[in-house]
Amino acid sequence: MVLYFLSLVLFVMGLYCLVAKKNIVKKIIGITIIEYSINLFLILIGYRRGGVAPILMKDMSVAELVERGVDPLPQALVLTSIVIGLGVLALMVGVCLRLYEKYKTFDMSEINRLRG
Amino acid sequence: MQQYYPLFTAIPLAIAFVNLLITKINKRAGDYLALIATGVLAYMSIKMLFVGPFSYHVGGHLPPWGILLVSDGLSSLMLVVINVIAFLSIIFSLKYMTTYTAKPKYYSLFLLMVGGMNGVVITGDLFNLYVFLEIASIASYALVGFGCEKEELEASFKYMILGGVASTGVLFGIAFLYSITGTLNMPDMAMQLELVGINRAVAFVIALFVMGFGLKASSVPFHAWLPDAHPSAPAPISAMLSGVLIKALGVYTIMRIMFHVIGPNPLVSSIMMFLGALSMVVGGLLAIGQEDFKRMLAYSSISQIGYVMIALGLALNPGIGMMTKALAIVGALFHLVNHAVFKSLLFLCSGAVEYRTGTRDLGKLGGLIRKMPVTMTTCSIGSLSIAGLPPFNGFWSKLIIIMALLRAGYMVYGAIAILVGFITLAYFIKLQANVLFGKLPEAFSEVREAPFSMVLPLVILAILCVGLGIAYPFVETEMLRAAWDTLLDKAGFMNLLLGG
Repeated sequence: MVLYFLSLVLFVMGLYCLVAKKNIVKKIIGITIIEYSINLFLILIGYRRGGVAPILMKDMSVAELVERGVDPLPQALVLTSIVIGLGVLALMVGVCLRLYEKYKTFDMSEINRLRG
Repeated sequence: MQQYYPLFTAIPLAIAFVNLLITKINKRAGDYLALIATGVLAYMSIKMLFVGPFSYHVGGHLPPWGILLVSDGLSSLMLVVINVIAFLSIIFSLKYMTTYTAKPKYYSLFLLMVGGMNGVVITGDLFNLYVFLEIASIASYALVGFGCEKEELEASFKYMILGGVASTGVLFGIAFLYSITGTLNMPDMAMQLELVGINRAVAFVIALFVMGFGLKASSVPFHAWLPDAHPSAPAPISAMLSGVLIKALGVYTIMRIMFHVIGPNPLVSSIMMFLGALSMVVGGLLAIGQEDFKRMLAYSSISQIGYVMIALGLALNPGIGMMTKALAIVGALFHLVNHAVFKSLLFLCSGAVEYRTGTRDLGKLGGLIRKMPVTMTTCSIGSLSIAGLPPFNGFWSKLIIIMALLRAGYMVYGAIAILVGFITLAYFIKLQANVLFGKLPEAFSEVREAPFSMVLPLVILAILCVGLGIAYPFVETEMLRAAWDTLLDKAGFMNLLLGG
């Protein structure tokens, strides 16, 4: 339960970083922290204290695997979500560099040609 | 047709990859590849309308383990909307995109976006839906910033940050649902949730999904990115974003999950109706004051999505009669199709105007109907449709939505919907007065009609506007009936797991 709570704390920290910081690099870091908190949450869903890898060994019965094995699906999901996160991160950094070339600043409050 | 179902995502993803390789050798090949790929997809999607519901098991794994693809009335309808508009946008791009550099990269991103949207629509697996949602979103972030000027980059960055938060919210919701039900397969999950009921965890998931998908659909508290992002993109992309993307990633996903997975309940219903009414009013009022052609259209998108959301919210209320519910869903789906047609028409018009005159400032334009008669006639048809004048298509869908609201006894929401209809008419009259009529500025005395490859999609879309309006009884029975039967039939969706 404490671990779930800590992943929530991480989420809130990322959100704070995203909202309060003006530097766009810090905003990118904030969104990455949010992504990691959710990956952590996904891993925790499949976690089991004292669990073993979900592989059926020769000296193990199926009942024992069901008893002790961890859920492998969230791990697969986290791998996918990390790859997607990498794609988004790469694009963000690319746009961030282009923004710096055009505006000569990383400060979001000076990048305000659009009114939203 | 069934065995070809995965091709809806496979073709665009594969061509997007091949396109980049081939255009290294031959620059012209990209045009033909994109045209053929989207043409084939549009043809396939129209054929899918006449195929009954079925489910496809990817890799032959039996559900609930493998990935399930679902085809029913709703997904067929969405596939037609996505692929036909994509085909017309590609025709428009052939000439328009010559003003930008790196055309091959544009086609690849475009096809990635189409592949992602098709994937979202056909999948029956919740995590798969998230993956395709991200593919479509990442491609659209890149396309918004395609011009690489100051405004484009800023809009793209804003969209990326907000879209990123929405995506993480959706993933959070999916993780919660997985921990509650132990499955990711949507029909299976629906069965498990029937047993659980609406507990506090499911209510939190609903909140996360309304935030995540609501941001993708740009309903009002989450709309800040849209008026920047849509005008900054190249015109055919604006047409795709406003016409299709917000519907495929936002409205369709809300429909699918709220109707089929979580099931109709009064909580979601009241939230959606409130957000819908708010979007209608705020989007409409902000649109009046805009001086930029595309920005006005973007705000109008927010307002029109409000109509769809309010009708869907009404249909999600289990307390109202079956007839009213059916009426609300028909209204929502018909308005969704209509908005895709006339909003892409108007954005492409703005692209044609910008291509010939070089500006989209309403104050600098004027009197263009004498110089660009065909483009401006189609623009006029689009404006009249969206403002809801009979006999164009927008009139019927708005009429049905308002009738459904009044039948269900929501007099205030009904009055708001009528009022916003007048507001819409007001700002489209302003648009017409400033672009079509009035005095022609000196600078535009040499302006000519837009090239053929731009006029063709405009004329096709304008014919669709009129056609969908006049042939309304046919549209209702042939196109929409299958979709609304599907939406009301949750048991049928769950049976897809057992049947084949």
